[in-house]
Amino acid sequence: MIIYLLCLVLFCCGLYCILRKRNIIKIILGVIIAEYAVNLFFILVAYRMEGRSPILSSEVEIVNLVDPLPQALVLTAIVIGLATTALLVALAMRIYEKYGTFDITKIKELRG
Amino acid sequence: MSKEHDKGMSLIVKVITRLTVGLILLYGIYIVLHGHVSPGGGFAGGVIIALSFVHLMLAYGKDVALKKLPKTAMSFFEGMGAILFLSIALLGFTGGYFFLNFISKGEPFRLFSAGIIPLCNIAISLKVGAGLFAIFVVLVLLKFEWEKKE
Amino acid sequence: MIELYVLLIFMIIGAIIAIELKDLLSSVIAVGAVGLGLSIVLLILKAPDVAITQLVVEILCLIILIRATLKKDLPFSTTGRWLLNTLITAGFIVVFLLVAIRAFKDLPEFGYPIMRVANTYLKEGLVKTGASNLVASVILDFRAYDTLGEATVLFTAVIGVLAIVRRIGRKKKDEVVEEDDE
Repeated sequence: MIIYLLCLVLFCCGLYCILRKRNIIKIILGVIIAEYAVNLFFILVAYRMEGRSPILSSEVEIVNLVDPLPQALVLTAIVIGLATTALLVALAMRIYEKYGTFDITKIKELRG
Repeated sequence: MSKEHDKGMSLIVKVITRLTVGLILLYGIYIVLHGHVSPGGGFAGGVIIALSFVHLMLAYGKDVALKKLPKTAMSFFEGMGAILFLSIALLGFTGGYFFLNFISKGEPFRLFSAGIIPLCNIAISLKVGAGLFAIFVVLVLLKFEWEKKE
Repeated sequence: MIELYVLLIFMIIGAIIAIELKDLLSSVIAVGAVGLGLSIVLLILKAPDVAITQLVVEILCLIILIRATLKKDLPFSTTGRWLLNTLITAGFIVVFLLVAIRAFKDLPEFGYPIMRVANTYLKEGLVKTGASNLVASVILDFRAYDTLGEATVLFTAVIGVLAIVRRIGRKKKDEVVEEDDE
């Protein structure tokens, strides 16, 4: 139970950074930290006490394996997270080019 | 002689890059091909292949790296990876349903086993590697144009 | 299990440092340290596939962040109502944590998962697919539709980045547009 709580505290750190910071790059760092916390939570649910990694081998007879299903889900989620981060960084660079600043309180005109 | 030393990083970095970049590419291909007997698979191997080209571009400047892998080749590899994956899936219709594992299974723990899984790994690694390298090249070119204007 | 707790506390301290620093380059490096700690935690939790992927993806993410965005940072001044905003945000996060603690009582205990679907995959994975890496057999044989969807999402993201960065737009008065063809 305490491990799940520590994982949730990491997610709340990322959430605080998204809500309260004024620099766009800091907001992107908050999104990255929140993503790490969610992926960690999935793998924590899948752990089995005294388990072994889900890769069979020809010499040893294995009885106790860890759950492989959340690991398969997280594997694709990590690469998709990288693609989303790259998209955010491209948007931030375009905003800097147009307005000359990274501060979100100065980007208030909704004109084209 | 002085034109080579203008772009990219210092001489020590260039020498070390020349030694290690081929090994990184080979390691990425190893992880892709053994995806069904040891940890790794298509995604991790594709990212490592993209990282080897990124390493070349960081150390030597963008002209040398783009000569090794031009933009038309990048878009070709990415499209080819996606089309290969989809066609392997559609070929499963010959056996019965979509995505059927129709090639013979072979004996376990060998390299040529597990049906369509190694072919799918190769297709995915081409797509992921070419796509991520394309993203990096485009972002660096945008920054290069900024610095030319200022 | 003591090393798991130590590494998690290291990650939380790294995240707090990354949030509070004023220099952008140092915060990006602190986020890199958090990702490295996460990769070691994934190895302790017996998931080697995921650990390899997390390590190399985090390296590429750091390279994109550092290479593409480091400009001079602007000094920020804190406007009024700063204390009220921070208190409201902290209050919201405390309420969120309290509700989540009540929800955690329904999860199975750490280390004893309910593996109803996964037991079938573990027993019949080697026989039905012939692959000895069970995670690869799950993503490419039992659940191959998800991998097809993921390939589509990556393709869309690459097209999106190329569309944002292209230079087609309104020309200013005497500016020559050089087409940067991709």
